[in-house]
Amino acid sequence: MEHIVIIGNGIAGVSAARHIRKNSDKKITIVSTETEYFFSRTALMYVYMGHMKFEHTQPYENWFWKKNRIDLIKGFVTKVDHQNKKLVLKEGGELAYDKLIIATGSKPNKFGWPGQDLKGVQGLYHRQDLEQLEANAPNNKVCNRAVIVGGGLIGIELAEMLVTRNIPVTFLVRETSFWNGVLPKGESALINEHIAEHHIDLRLATNLVEIISDENGRAKAVTTDKGDTIECNVVGLTAGVSPNVDFLKASGIELGRGVKVNRFLETNIPDVYAIGDCAEQHEAIGNRRPIEAVWYTGRMMGETLAQTICGNRRSYNPGHWFNSAKFLDIEYQTYGWVFSERGMKEYEQHFHWRHATEKICITVSFDKNTKKFLGINTFGIRMRHTIFDRWLTEERGVDYVMEYLKDANFDPEFYKVYEGEILSAYNAEFGTSITPKKKSWKRIFSTT
Amino acid sequence: MKAIKNIGLVIFLVGLAIFTALPVIGTFKIDQATFDQMAQDQGFAKSELFVEAMQKNVVGKEFQGIQQLSPLVTEALETANATNKKNKAYKKVIYTKPNDMVSSIGKKSGAGYIVENKGLMWFLTFGLGIIGALMFILPNVILLGKKGIKNNGIYHESATNQGWIAWMVFIFLVAFYVILYFAPQYAVNWTYLVDPISESLSGNPAGHWFVYGFMYCVVMTVMAVRMYIKYRHNVYQMVRTTSVLFFQIVFAFLIPEIMVRLQMPYYDFKNAFPLDYDFFFQWNIKSLMNSGGIGLFILVWGIVLTLVVVPVMVYFFGKRWYCSWVCGCGGLAETLGDPYRQHSSKSLFSWKIERWLIHGVLVFAVGMTLMTLYSFFTDTGMVLGLKTSSVQNTYSTMIGAVFAGVIGTGFYPIFGNRMWCRFGCPLAAYLGFVQRFKSRFRITTNGGQCISCGNCSTYCEQGIDVRAYAQKGENIVRSSCVGCGVCSAVCPRGVLKLENGPLEGRINPTEVLLGNDVDLMDLVNKK
Repeated sequence: MEHIVIIGNGIAGVSAARHIRKNSDKKITIVSTETEYFFSRTALMYVYMGHMKFEHTQPYENWFWKKNRIDLIKGFVTKVDHQNKKLVLKEGGELAYDKLIIATGSKPNKFGWPGQDLKGVQGLYHRQDLEQLEANAPNNKVCNRAVIVGGGLIGIELAEMLVTRNIPVTFLVRETSFWNGVLPKGESALINEHIAEHHIDLRLATNLVEIISDENGRAKAVTTDKGDTIECNVVGLTAGVSPNVDFLKASGIELGRGVKVNRFLETNIPDVYAIGDCAEQHEAIGNRRPIEAVWYTGRMMGETLAQTICGNRRSYNPGHWFNSAKFLDIEYQTYGWVFSERGMKEYEQHFHWRHATEKICITVSFDKNTKKFLGINTFGIRMRHTIFDRWLTEERGVDYVMEYLKDANFDPEFYKVYEGEILSAYNAEFGTSITPKKKSWKRIFSTT
Repeated sequence: MKAIKNIGLVIFLVGLAIFTALPVIGTFKIDQATFDQMAQDQGFAKSELFVEAMQKNVVGKEFQGIQQLSPLVTEALETANATNKKNKAYKKVIYTKPNDMVSSIGKKSGAGYIVENKGLMWFLTFGLGIIGALMFILPNVILLGKKGIKNNGIYHESATNQGWIAWMVFIFLVAFYVILYFAPQYAVNWTYLVDPISESLSGNPAGHWFVYGFMYCVVMTVMAVRMYIKYRHNVYQMVRTTSVLFFQIVFAFLIPEIMVRLQMPYYDFKNAFPLDYDFFFQWNIKSLMNSGGIGLFILVWGIVLTLVVVPVMVYFFGKRWYCSWVCGCGGLAETLGDPYRQHSSKSLFSWKIERWLIHGVLVFAVGMTLMTLYSFFTDTGMVLGLKTSSVQNTYSTMIGAVFAGVIGTGFYPIFGNRMWCRFGCPLAAYLGFVQRFKSRFRITTNGGQCISCGNCSTYCEQGIDVRAYAQKGENIVRSSCVGCGVCSAVCPRGVLKLENGPLEGRINPTEVLLGNDVDLMDLVNKK
């Protein structure tokens, strides 16, 4: 029986394992050193916040793995010997494979800041980081203040977590406005305001210079390039992640920043594949980045590769881009491409609407020449994935999207709807006179 | 703000302590005239032995606490009945249960401070409880911060993480229900507190079920305030809470009491068979048939409600229209029980137990009712060698009292707030069939947006592993879902939506989720 070994039990590796099992009877082994069982990394924050216990982040009960004959090994792979098709484990012993899937995910970035390895300085990525945070910042008596460095999704999550324990947070963001490398300025501004509403000390356009140690080798303050010294007990480093591939450096597997793969997720070595955060496409797919460190893409690569492994060779061919996040109390969803001012295409034009009082807004992106709909960002309004996916496939115009926007609303029943308001703003801005179509189940559930 | 909360907590606990002490304190003394009147009214004058024993040991004497009075009455009753049976004087046997006899005698013999100061005592128990609880709850408008899901610290607090506070509440609730169902004589002092309210509604002094009904409404109202604050960003939760509160106060509490005042049968128009398991019991049918037009109307309505209204409404809206919008059990679970919703077990094992248990109770309820109707129309007491009344009594005790009451609510703090609705309610089982096989209701999963975080599953009170469906891109169509909407509320990525749509495509098993290559999707999904 062919033996498939997967390094990494995150969403990519586990998706691959599940789908290989669905479609075949191959022997499957997952090796991970982080945890015994698969858990949802995105849910770690809720454990610290007391919304859930760690066990709730595990999507499958513990018997699942044995029942589905997916062997789990808790171990750390130090070496991949692809000539002999075997792995060397740090704990001792070797593991032979017929096909190898590398799905080792990411590790937090550290940019060589002085003091970055002091006690009390940590990232938020692994299960172990959660435990460390529980020790470093159990309450506001032990941790009088925390400084977070890096204004991305993990940074704001860490800030939200600490705030729930009434720990004062200073949030250093390199950009002039929160996440404005990704979000258009209106949306970025909305999040800036929302961060302030939560009494988080947001410092924009500010960089970390040094983390200062006390006599015990613990962080006691940071200094910034604005000349400020901020006393603190915990420093959160959340300046992005990069592929976790150091153990492969001498293996002969081609590496860039991540493991180089082709569209079939194959590396330069036969029978060795890479998926998820650690995989790097030779050439980016469409507007995507060569390395996509996103939950959904990890899952999709796992689904795709499972087909290939089971004799149904498929290329990784993701559909329309989508993503989501939550900034404190504000849910964010995106479908298609809406670039920030920094990354905007020359043909791209935006329509931005923001509610007068509530923290709700949308940005619709379209081609200024052809009026083709390109994408939408929504804050505080839920939208229907299937509808936008269909409209993008059908290459609908932005006027059409506006006209049928009610079909796309996914907010719970009885929620106030804003399509009318959005549409009149659109009509006013672009001189159109579109009237909104009533929501239609027939259209929403039509399959073509 | 914190200080207000703490003061509120103390006031609440004082009220609760007085309420808790009431069953075992107070003075009881029945005088000759009252006793004679009772003997006539309740027909126990026929048993001279009982009257004699009571005269000797009880009448005219003063007792401190019902626990002093109770054994004497019980003994008098049991001895008298035993002697009468031995002498074959069956007509003199009193069939009132000892506990009920103690209750009714106790109710007439209360004397002293509690009985003379009903209003004040109401304030010291219910009043302090309400004021204290509101002082504890209202500051959350500010303390919870910006509107949004705030489940912070639920798993850090003893009360909501099965800690010692939760166990204390568990013991309190179980004890309360045991008194209510099995030792109502200890509730006599509680009935005095609400006598004025009962008299103003039905014209009668309060019994222990009135205490329960009134308390139910008070608890739901106070905890609904908590719901309004906690889910103030979520209109669905606000509307649903209002609905369930309205049906409890108006339909379950006020209308039946007012009907009694108007000489009509006591009836809760929304309580559908088989949850209302004694609807077809002989005494009920007889009482309805003897109540003229309104009785007949209730009889027809009760049948139409179960056979037509319930399934039709479930077809259009799912079983949520009943279980989390109308039902009293659901109403308490969604208000008092909300802080405990996360304790329902999500394991596959629990699901297996659930399916056997709830459908077992449905079979039991239907079987019992068929026996009852057969007995009614053929005028026999036995069906297939089983005594109908014993089967009814078994159901009333085991399901009606122990399961629905003691376990159903008493177990909230440890096992979650829908123990009864999930594992026991025969009506929920029936609604579940309709919901699963023929209904427009589903929880739609939003394409491929699920991140498997587990908030939905954690906060599902019915123990549904919502995530298991959502992460596969499948809609959630489960017979047990009561449509409370909390999975959708706690989802951080906008993945879940409760909606009533077309039947076609409602159940949508997928192998590869939206977002991945379209051809591949077609390939595997059509296989």
